[in-house]
Amino acid sequence: MKIVYSNRRYIISAAMLIVGFTYVIRLFYLQVIDDSYVLSAQSNTLRNITMYPARGLVYDRKGELLVYNEAAYDLMVTPRQVKEMDTSAFCGLLGITREEFVTRLEKARKYSPYKASPFITQLTKNQFGYLEEKLFHFPGFFVQARTLRQYPQPIAAHVLGYVGEVTQGIIDRQPYYKRGDYIGIAGIERTYEEILRGRKGSRLVMVDVFNREKGSYQEGKYDTMAHKGSDIILSLDAELQAYGELLMKYKKGSIVAIEPATGEILAMVSSPGYDPNLLVGRVRGGNYKLLLDDSLKPLFNRALMANYSPGSIFKIVQALIGMQVGVIDEFSAFPCNKGLVNCHNHPYPSDIKKAIQYSCNPYFYMVYKRLIQPGKYPSIFRDSEEGVRIWHDYVVRLGMGHQLGIDLPSEKPGMIPDVNFYNRWYGEHRWAFSTIYSNGIGQGEVQVVPLQMANLAALIANRGYYYPPHFLKEVKGEKFPRPEYSKRHESNIDRHYFEIIVDAMRAVVEEPGGTASRARIPGITVCGKTGTVENPGEDHSGFFAFAPMEKPGIAVAVYVENAGFGGTWAAPIASLMIEKYLTGNVADTLKEQRILDFKMVGLETQ
Amino acid sequence: MKRNDTIRSSPDWVVIILYIVLVMLGWMNIYAAVYDESHPSILDLSTSYGKQLLWILTSGVLILAVMFTDAKFFPAFSYVLYGLTLALLVAVLLVGKEVAGSKSWISIGSFGLQPAEFAKIGATLALARYLGDLHIKMQSPRTRFISGILIAAPAILIFLQNDTGSALVFMAFLLVLYREGLSGNILLIGLLAIFLFIISLLVDKYFIIGAMAGLALFAWLMFRRVKRSLPLILLLLVGASGFVYSVDYAFNNILEDHQRTRINVLLGKETDLRGAGYNVNQSKIAIGSGGFFGKGFLQGTQTKYDFVPEQSTDFIFCTVGEEWGFLGTTVVIGLFIFLLFRLLRMAERQRSSFSRIYGYSVASILFFHIAVNIGMTIGLAPVIGIPLPFFSYGGSSLWAFSILLFIFIRLDANRLIML
Repeated sequence: MKIVYSNRRYIISAAMLIVGFTYVIRLFYLQVIDDSYVLSAQSNTLRNITMYPARGLVYDRKGELLVYNEAAYDLMVTPRQVKEMDTSAFCGLLGITREEFVTRLEKARKYSPYKASPFITQLTKNQFGYLEEKLFHFPGFFVQARTLRQYPQPIAAHVLGYVGEVTQGIIDRQPYYKRGDYIGIAGIERTYEEILRGRKGSRLVMVDVFNREKGSYQEGKYDTMAHKGSDIILSLDAELQAYGELLMKYKKGSIVAIEPATGEILAMVSSPGYDPNLLVGRVRGGNYKLLLDDSLKPLFNRALMANYSPGSIFKIVQALIGMQVGVIDEFSAFPCNKGLVNCHNHPYPSDIKKAIQYSCNPYFYMVYKRLIQPGKYPSIFRDSEEGVRIWHDYVVRLGMGHQLGIDLPSEKPGMIPDVNFYNRWYGEHRWAFSTIYSNGIGQGEVQVVPLQMANLAALIANRGYYYPPHFLKEVKGEKFPRPEYSKRHESNIDRHYFEIIVDAMRAVVEEPGGTASRARIPGITVCGKTGTVENPGEDHSGFFAFAPMEKPGIAVAVYVENAGFGGTWAAPIASLMIEKYLTGNVADTLKEQRILDFKMVGLETQ
Repeated sequence: MKRNDTIRSSPDWVVIILYIVLVMLGWMNIYAAVYDESHPSILDLSTSYGKQLLWILTSGVLILAVMFTDAKFFPAFSYVLYGLTLALLVAVLLVGKEVAGSKSWISIGSFGLQPAEFAKIGATLALARYLGDLHIKMQSPRTRFISGILIAAPAILIFLQNDTGSALVFMAFLLVLYREGLSGNILLIGLLAIFLFIISLLVDKYFIIGAMAGLALFAWLMFRRVKRSLPLILLLLVGASGFVYSVDYAFNNILEDHQRTRINVLLGKETDLRGAGYNVNQSKIAIGSGGFFGKGFLQGTQTKYDFVPEQSTDFIFCTVGEEWGFLGTTVVIGLFIFLLFRLLRMAERQRSSFSRIYGYSVASILFFHIAVNIGMTIGLAPVIGIPLPFFSYGGSSLWAFSILLFIFIRLDANRLIML
């Protein structure tokens, strides 16, 4: 009877086999076909630890340190790993409230519950000391070492710029950056970001379920080293820069000093400025707002961004073009006819040298008239159009009306009006010399930034060419990092005419009756030209110069806003800069004291 | 005496070798699952692999004891042993200590014992003894009832310990009853019930009842010439509807929250990867990341770094999957199937019903454990915490499985004189 049922062993065996096969097929699917589990396993156990490279240091041309790094510590959090913990003790250590704790954690969770993001950045050394010992009580938190920029001297803030945390917009555009990374936001830090930042490295480590490190993955096969950012040497002369900032204290305006032979910028002062250390670390946000709200605009780099009328300095330009085009020559004379345009009392401008020396307005009114309306065409409109076209071309070649390509962000192009501009402004054939004559003496539509004036001084010092002004002198370990800075830009004016102008500029400073006698330096022949810039308020005091006359070592442009005559303030400041740079000190302390005592404005923030 | 000696010395070496291989593989995987460079000594009793080694050695002692016991002892004392295990189950309810929500441990010094594991042996002996009687017929309701009592008594006691998994294991005896003549229809109805059970959790109960009513109408149209088909169909329909109804009720009102979630996760109705689904998901990640060849011995990261919970006990199969890959899992499943087939073959060659029924019980219990344990690690079975025989860490289960298996080997060795 029971023997009948022994066949049932086959059914039972079959059931076992079916289950076995089902499982093997399922396992084949899980283990061989579907590879998503491999990825999940990696995201479980592998953590990519970023190794931050030290940012490159910045030196001045004499090897003096301008920017260095100091260690700082960020407290990071991986929200998913945060377990129940003694929150009040934690908040006590960090000096934050419970609410703050909750909001910060929520913010981090919003970014990603699985990825680490900064909880509190830049802990103080004390906080770090406490935390380091107690951190194991607080799962999900760890400390990431970072570096902060520090500035040994409180100078050149506009040039050096600053670094800050990347924004979401930057992260979206440049995947190199992750949340909490730092990036150069302004100045040299921004321009040379890729040189200075180096390359982040990464280490792949295995972690257990509590996120404890368990050693590197496959003996570090996939790890990459962090590469330190390259150090750079700037053309800046820290001593000269500091001196320039001292001279410009309590004044609005700027100084730009260039080495004519190379285009290297020796000093760039924009006043009022600020101490670059104000924009470092956790205090950056607050200070930035204070500086931004200051009515004197200390964040505004006047040397690059302030458009001024060139004033009488522009007479040099008119003289050069006039001679090159042939509408005047060295010995052309025009009477000082104050009926054409206002002028001051001075001897008769019997030649171009005298006209420049005395800065005669009617003389250059006439020069400009001959340039713009030479009488080639019967129609003055047609004539002026042709005249402006030729004139514009020469001015542009002298480095105005366009960006010079300096290695700082936000350089303004200035403004040299052309035919199109006037056609748009007044309508075609609705303007002629009489409409635009103010340009002749550097007023009117012509606008320049101080950098362009310094560059013009360098161009004249070189007798006809310039190298684009720049700060980068050397990237350590690299040759010719920026070839565009060793490209010579020629003007289309003969060297011969420059010699005439240089002599006239010498006379401006050195000869009796010149407008810039305050710029004289014993033993050094200074060539310069003053500019007193009319504007809605008090006149701006302007001056540009280079020295020595032969083998020029420095070209400089100075603008002091609302200070009056160019010869009164800008010229002596320029001469002090020249003397300081060429001789290393200033002999005429009276001249220096007079400048230091001249206080027009005070920075609200300082 | 001489003849007796030869019989005593001819146990089934294939099964014994399979047992040794499985236990060794299990130990290797426990070692890998909790491997830590700072505790390299395999004899360290503070680690699970150190303790497991102790359990393996003591199991050897128990096995020798079993092998040197007279084979007639087991049928003779089966009811006594059954009674003893029931007494232990009652005792654990009174004096047991609670571990992880289940009151299933009796402490002996620093070690704990789980009577539930040994209750399987008692039930197996008692059932074999009862059904092995020559006059027993499976068709009689009395036989079914008494068999049911024998199986259900320990299961209910274990259920009261809140150890549902171990209680469910006793369902394995249904296969034994089937082999001994229980109508296949009962098993079919059982399967159908499981099918309806799952369906009624997934689909609205009124929809199912409606569908079944349609099927009933169709069946009646087909079989209306068959005598008495209408009452049978109606009976089935009412029974099935009642079943669906009660499943729905039980699921929503009787089951506890965590059980409900586990079932929902298994059915794919919930995906709570941090809560109830975490175990299964991590388990699948561990196994799935093993690939074809696995990551190699001690190279598994998911289990070693504790991503898989219970990685040395209930989820030990994850270590196999992660470190040995598809190759390893297939070999392990193959070994188990081989063992089960060998046991069935051995059971069929017994001359005594007692030995045969005992053999089938061993195979069925092992099958249930293997199917559910591996099934839950790969997401094909609900997460009910029962160990993988010979693999999982744990003294009680290894002892119990060893004794269970070797009693059968002992009986088999004596099969020619056992009646």
